[in-house]
Amino acid sequence: MSSPGTDDLSFKRARNVKEQVIGSFLFLSAAVSTLVTVGIVAVLFTETVAFFRAVSPVDFFTGTEWTPLFQNPRFGVLPLLSGSFLVAAGAAVVAIPLGLLSAIFLSEYSGPRLRGVLKPLLEILAGIPTVVYGYFALTFITPLLRTVLPETDVFNAASAALVVGIMIVPTVSSLSDDALRAVPKALRQGAYGLGATKFEVSTRVVVPAALSGILASFILGISRAIGETMAVTIAAGNMPNLTLNGLESIQTMTAYIVQASLGDTPHGSIGYQTLFAVGMTLFVITLAMNVLSQWVMARFREEYQ
Amino acid sequence: MSGSASPLGGTPSANDRRRRLFGSIFAITCGAATLVGVLALVVLLADVLRDGLPRFDWALLTNFASRFPERAGVKAALAGSIWILGLTALFAFPVSVAAAIYLEEYAPRNRWTRLIQLNIANLAGVPSIVYGMLGLAVFVRALGFDRSIIAGALTLSILILPVIIIASQEAVRAVPDSIRQAAYGLGATRWQVVSSQVLPMAMPGILTGTILALSRAVGETAPLIMVGAVGFIAFTPTGLGDPFTVLPLQIYNWISRPQADFQQIAAAGILVLLSLLMAMNAAAILLRNRYQKDR
Repeated sequence: MSSPGTDDLSFKRARNVKEQVIGSFLFLSAAVSTLVTVGIVAVLFTETVAFFRAVSPVDFFTGTEWTPLFQNPRFGVLPLLSGSFLVAAGAAVVAIPLGLLSAIFLSEYSGPRLRGVLKPLLEILAGIPTVVYGYFALTFITPLLRTVLPETDVFNAASAALVVGIMIVPTVSSLSDDALRAVPKALRQGAYGLGATKFEVSTRVVVPAALSGILASFILGISRAIGETMAVTIAAGNMPNLTLNGLESIQTMTAYIVQASLGDTPHGSIGYQTLFAVGMTLFVITLAMNVLSQWVMARFREEYQ
Repeated sequence: MSGSASPLGGTPSANDRRRRLFGSIFAITCGAATLVGVLALVVLLADVLRDGLPRFDWALLTNFASRFPERAGVKAALAGSIWILGLTALFAFPVSVAAAIYLEEYAPRNRWTRLIQLNIANLAGVPSIVYGMLGLAVFVRALGFDRSIIAGALTLSILILPVIIIASQEAVRAVPDSIRQAAYGLGATRWQVVSSQVLPMAMPGILTGTILALSRAVGETAPLIMVGAVGFIAFTPTGLGDPFTVLPLQIYNWISRPQADFQQIAAAGILVLLSLLMAMNAAAILLRNRYQKDR
């Protein structure tokens, strides 16, 4: 320090004060993220409690009819849950094989140059706004489905599931690719040394070694599919429908929230509270899946030096 | 691998041939799966271009929304998206970067810090519509911002907060420790080390992450529907309290109309949105390349 001798101490004190002020500001910024979580939980919780004062939780979780905005309202959430899970299951059927095989191709079969082209291309899929996927589903996939299977409704779960599946391919492929690439070279070389073919090395050595990351990517992808909103709102329709038939019009939890908030749901009304009750259900399910994905990743991780 | 491998120089056994055949089939399947993803992207873009290009002209950018599809344009929506983009950057950037600096440079390695970190990771996985509900209850109702630009921008800011924090943390973590130690060795305080050494080195990475997070905000629809952005607005916003619409919402509004003409204008709107996103991503890539050259 080249401070002029006499003021050394007060200079240091001033400097310390400044350091502390900045430190506190930085801490408060980090605390904001915690505040957001507290806010989300508090808001969902308050309105959900208000909702359950009017509607019994048993009716909500076991009822098979969802007509909350009708004259004679029914508050059974099962049709919305089945809608969300139908779309998510269909999306998983598309995204899991495509994503995993793409990841194996990127990590095991393609050289750095091919990989450098393919990986960013796949990641563009993740950057396209979901409303665009909705448009694609409605104007391309649905007409295609209806030519093959004429009994398909204009709005149907299958079209939404296909498009959401495409949307989450990069989630699955990127995370699985990371997991596969984290498997040490020595393991592969050991297997080759025993005379294994590339196929055998990939499927019997590398994939099992990366299994925790791969499973975590599946769970995270499905969680994204459940939380997906615009594409399913546009393509799957707004018909709460307890069905496993993907060719019918359905409504997901997210699509209901959009539909209800586009309409007139005054603050404090039961319609307003249903938004948060459904939102809470959605939040709990996706949070549980995200936590499960992190747990799988940590619990079953193979450690290599 | 159960079969006997052929001895060196010998003719391959039937088993070996089968194994190699399996290998080739598998390799082709994997390659095909990757191509399906790429192909989906190509078909999607072709679909939008085919429908939207005829309507993608200057009038599209200068006309407001209209009941008549031939006169409809994205002027209000584009202006709204740019407002939202600017305000979201203004709110989210300083807080996220400060949070990232705290977590990487200041925070003690204890249970609380791990909890904050875990919380941020989980926030990044919360569906965007849930942020919309928070925005609706807090910004629109409790703070009384009503259905305004500022309510929308604040909602999207907290939505992309975790994304920018995580990207900034990675950028800060990538600054070599030797730089910090050298600065401390010269008597610098913690903040001097951070502000004059760590931040300048991490800034390109932070900015790249921020731009990518902002392009996510620009494409968001659902949370803005929750906070009451509307699909039909015939003026450009002039202040923070104005009602507003954004490109994705305008597109959604058009998609949900049955007439084919509105489908076309929706596709043209998508082209505007994708152009905006491409420009932002190009900026991010330029930054990244410059950064890599400097190293």
